[in-house]
Amino acid sequence: MAELEGIYTIWLRETKRYIRYKSRIVTSVVTPLLWLIIFGTGLGAAVRFGQVGIDYQQFIFPGIIGQTILFTSVFSGVSVIIDRQYGFLKEILVAPISRSSVVMGKALGISTASLIQGVILLLLSFIVGISMTIPCFLVSTVLIVLISLGLACLGLMIASFTDSMEGFNLILSFIVLPMFLLSGALFPITGLPEWLQFAVYLNPLTYGVDALRFTILNESVLPLYVNSAVLLGFATVTVLTSAFLFSKKEQGLM
Amino acid sequence: MENIIETYDITKKFDDFTAVDTVNLEVERNRVYGVLGPNGAGKTTLISMLCTILHPSSGTASVNGHDIVKQAKEVRASIGIVFQSRALDDILTGREHLEMHAALYGVPQDVRKKRIDEILDLIDLGEKADEFTKTYSGGMKRRLEIGRGLIHYPKVLFLDEPTLGLDPQTREKIWEYIEDLNKREDITVLLTTHYMDEADKLCDKIAIFNQGQIVKTDSPKNLKRELKADTITLTVDDIDKFCKAVEDLDFIKEIFVVDHEIKLMVERGENLITKMVNFAGENGIDVKSVELDHPNLEDVFIKYTGSSIKGER
Repeated sequence: MAELEGIYTIWLRETKRYIRYKSRIVTSVVTPLLWLIIFGTGLGAAVRFGQVGIDYQQFIFPGIIGQTILFTSVFSGVSVIIDRQYGFLKEILVAPISRSSVVMGKALGISTASLIQGVILLLLSFIVGISMTIPCFLVSTVLIVLISLGLACLGLMIASFTDSMEGFNLILSFIVLPMFLLSGALFPITGLPEWLQFAVYLNPLTYGVDALRFTILNESVLPLYVNSAVLLGFATVTVLTSAFLFSKKEQGLM
Repeated sequence: MENIIETYDITKKFDDFTAVDTVNLEVERNRVYGVLGPNGAGKTTLISMLCTILHPSSGTASVNGHDIVKQAKEVRASIGIVFQSRALDDILTGREHLEMHAALYGVPQDVRKKRIDEILDLIDLGEKADEFTKTYSGGMKRRLEIGRGLIHYPKVLFLDEPTLGLDPQTREKIWEYIEDLNKREDITVLLTTHYMDEADKLCDKIAIFNQGQIVKTDSPKNLKRELKADTITLTVDDIDKFCKAVEDLDFIKEIFVVDHEIKLMVERGENLITKMVNFAGENGIDVKSVELDHPNLEDVFIKYTGSSIKGER
């Protein structure tokens, strides 16, 4: 009970922070729109897209949702470093609740932020000519939370190894961008060279994008249950790992 | 009287550096206990271990009857902590900080609002309680942090350098507040400080801490009494020559040289000032300044550690 309340409290703080930084919400919606409208239109006009009945903008729409979740989740997870620098993390860590609850509260808070952005994008799907139905909307939100949980905990894991925000660019270049580019957000993942295909299937976000693409466009490489199972597995592993790391690494978190 | 905090040979090593070295500390219930030492002496490390953020390398301690290693959760539930560094979220309001803390420490829902109002009253935030903490002054932030540490009625309150970086007025206020709190509530306060006046004013008992070890524990009064001495502080042009010359004077009990100043421990110093200046003149030494101090903790500190508290290691 106390643990649940602890999770709720940390979630609440995380969510309040997100909502109060209005500029963050604005950028997190504008960036994907730029991708959709400019990149989507531009490249869509240049290439003849193979899939019948779907234009390029529509094709990348689930991918861009995936990208938004990826950036928000990983960077919010890593932002624990800022909490640490401001000393606020200590205040949470000395409370009589377990580290796992701290991690859970954080991860759920980050997922909520991702969900808010995802929902805004889903509501804007008419811009690229996708008609949203209620079941499609609901399944998408569940997927968004699931994808975000795993990625948020990945961010927390990185944070537990990183001392300062100096490593931020490193994380961007070596983790976030490769994950985005290898997720099939911008191109179909079938018919790629073998080495690229291998990397794509290693990437957990691939399954997220594929699942969203199935839900929104009824078009996917893998069946939904496979994608969901992989996402669930990824989330479970990262939640457990980050909870473990937070319990073990006491000094690094000071 | 029983001890609410006891440490047993508690030690913390960071690689080769020993921050806290086999410390045995006993703090009686309902006291204000001060750990006095220069920056880098290991005070914060000691507190961090007592509030279970750091694990001791060896030895252990009990807080409110619970072992800090084996019963960390029980320890956490019975303590309140105000960290040396600020630990506030600038985009939450003061009230929200209190609400959050109350929830994390399991203050029952039905009394939460009452407690928060009570604390807000105590820390006197007024209308600012519902504004973001980024608009607060340094003193308000500190008061909020102390208030937050109290909301779950802890048995022990740890204050790590509670008035660091605050202006004199705010410091006075916070001292008053801590004294008052200690009188009214069933609460033990363990504070670290490197301000002598703070330790002198607030603490019932002091542990002088230097290089990870306790050098001396006693009440401020006893510590000062022990010196039985006034201090004459002189600056002269030739320190070595002067020290050599005064060594033979039998009314001088001890001589320290700190930061190019000579400190002479004497009794009834007011009668000896002219004598010392004349003595220096007779030996061809130029006296640049003379000062007389009655015993204070600074001198006690110098006596036990051989260095001034202001000098960083």
